Amino acid sequence: MSVTVETLEAMERPPVTMSSRLDGELLEVSMGPQHPSTHGVFQMNVALEGEIVRKLKPVFGYLHRNHEQIGEQTSYLGSMPYTDRLDYFCSMSNNWAYALSVEKLTGIEVPERAEYLRVILAELTRLQNHASLLGFLLSDMGAWGTPLMYAFREREKILDLFESLSGSRMMCDYMRFGGCRVDASDDWLAAAKKIVDRFPKFLDEFEELILQNEIVIARTQNVGKLPAELAVSAGVTGPMLRACGVNYDIRKVDGYGIYPRFKFRIPLGDHGDTYDRLMMRALEMRESVELLRQALPQIPAGPIMNPKVKLRAFRPPIGEAYGRIEAPKGELGFYLISDGGPNPYRYRVRPPSFINLTILEDMCLGHTVADVMVILGSIDIVMGEVDR
Amino acid sequence: METLEQIKNRAELAARGAKIDIVVNPGPSQQSSLLIDNEHAVAVAQFLRDHPALGFDFCSNVTGVDWLDRTVKKTTKVKQVVDGVEKEVDQTSEETIPGYLEAVYHLYSMKLKHGPLIIRMQTMNRTDGAKLPSVTPVWRSAELQEREIYDLYGIHFDGHPDLRRILMWDEFVDHPMRKDYVPPDDFEWEPTPHDDVLERAKKHYTARPQLDGAEQITAQPE
Repeated sequence: MSVTVETLEAMERPPVTMSSRLDGELLEVSMGPQHPSTHGVFQMNVALEGEIVRKLKPVFGYLHRNHEQIGEQTSYLGSMPYTDRLDYFCSMSNNWAYALSVEKLTGIEVPERAEYLRVILAELTRLQNHASLLGFLLSDMGAWGTPLMYAFREREKILDLFESLSGSRMMCDYMRFGGCRVDASDDWLAAAKKIVDRFPKFLDEFEELILQNEIVIARTQNVGKLPAELAVSAGVTGPMLRACGVNYDIRKVDGYGIYPRFKFRIPLGDHGDTYDRLMMRALEMRESVELLRQALPQIPAGPIMNPKVKLRAFRPPIGEAYGRIEAPKGELGFYLISDGGPNPYRYRVRPPSFINLTILEDMCLGHTVADVMVILGSIDIVMGEVDR
Repeated sequence: METLEQIKNRAELAARGAKIDIVVNPGPSQQSSLLIDNEHAVAVAQFLRDHPALGFDFCSNVTGVDWLDRTVKKTTKVKQVVDGVEKEVDQTSEETIPGYLEAVYHLYSMKLKHGPLIIRMQTMNRTDGAKLPSVTPVWRSAELQEREIYDLYGIHFDGHPDLRRILMWDEFVDHPMRKDYVPPDDFEWEPTPHDDVLERAKKHYTARPQLDGAEQITAQPE
């Protein structure tokens, strides 16, 4: 971190009016971009009064590679492996969101077995994303290493499942327009069931050891409160929104895929503070386990690809479509415009963690620098998706 | 959710003078959109958010689209007198549609759990008229996304609280998501004083004595 003392007006470009009690000397600190707790190359220019944050401006773009333009220059299928790199923790959800949008654009049906596989893999993704997020968040709070390793132990098991199915741990490139790439064997499903059945044990242990920890509670309760109206207006989605008590889960609202067939509950928070956001992840993992326990035994036999779809020389009809799913981090959407050619005319990603950062400043104002790290950790960002 | 026709009529009644067109989506996704004129966009947006039966409080996705100049060929049958006999003749006319930039907003309602309603706005042209009103005062979620459009497409949003480049660096001049964008050969090229320094340095040197025969090799024959 580099520290300079200067008047804030001189630092800003273009000038933004300050509404601070001290119209003059605030300490401008550049947090990041190279810092372990910024979850990637993310920078925040913070104006401090003592240790209290009076102003915070996020700086984006260190990982920008113009994903959208590359998507417009590749074929529809060519973008599929590239979506893995958006939110590299949740490549399965990214694949699904993209496949769903193209299926809407073209009007493709998906076979039932493929729908089941998609639900299973998306929920496994949610489990490993939330588990590792809790680990990272705790390591931001100073519980270095141990909780993260507990979470990674569980994540490893799920990544092994992904690897045995798709050939890759993180860059799965598993879904296709109108189905999935490879079929899951009975052995794979049995192994998945075993891991899912054991998962609540980890959750019990984790909650008992860490989520009820006195220090965690002191660091997170009443920190970074987000009012529900602001969250809705700012387009915050996912566990962050539900921590404010807004009941909005796209799995329920849109009912995409075959989610309406399963019974699961949507956990909601009361206060919208960091502790609620933390608990939201723990509770959502339990619901995902419930979902997986229903989906794994029910999976029917059958084809996994719609035979009518020709992936080579894939040309959707002229039109546009916006498809969205409930990714672990929030609403992940793809907006596609087709001009009838082999490439999309417009390929847009609606990244949940980028839009969730809109209210970062509002949540951090009045808190200390140490709290900023915790608040940022609870938003759950991945820079591959934020900067695209 | 009400049909687009109903929403259009309601919005036109509420925001006086607003001109709204329905843009039909020919694809199978059944997502048609409303084209809103720029002058009344903020009033229409406010109406869409605040009306109890519509309640679009959640602006999910905001994005830009670049449409270049297009020529559309039209064939029309025209009656012409050829050699004293009236005939119907096909006449092809080329119509040039000037290019424009477009901002597309996907709205949902969290209260009433319906959507999407897609609204779009078009700029006058792709150069000096690339201006649109900002809806950030209505939906805060447009803040970063409109900044991104400004950065990547070059649409200037009037009324945006903090319109700066977001993904590209501040010194960058072009807008990389435009369809006619050509990336430079070398992003990191910068004019160095190298050549000037070399010129100045030459003044301090005497010409190097040439070895016998060397001039014959390098010199051009006269």
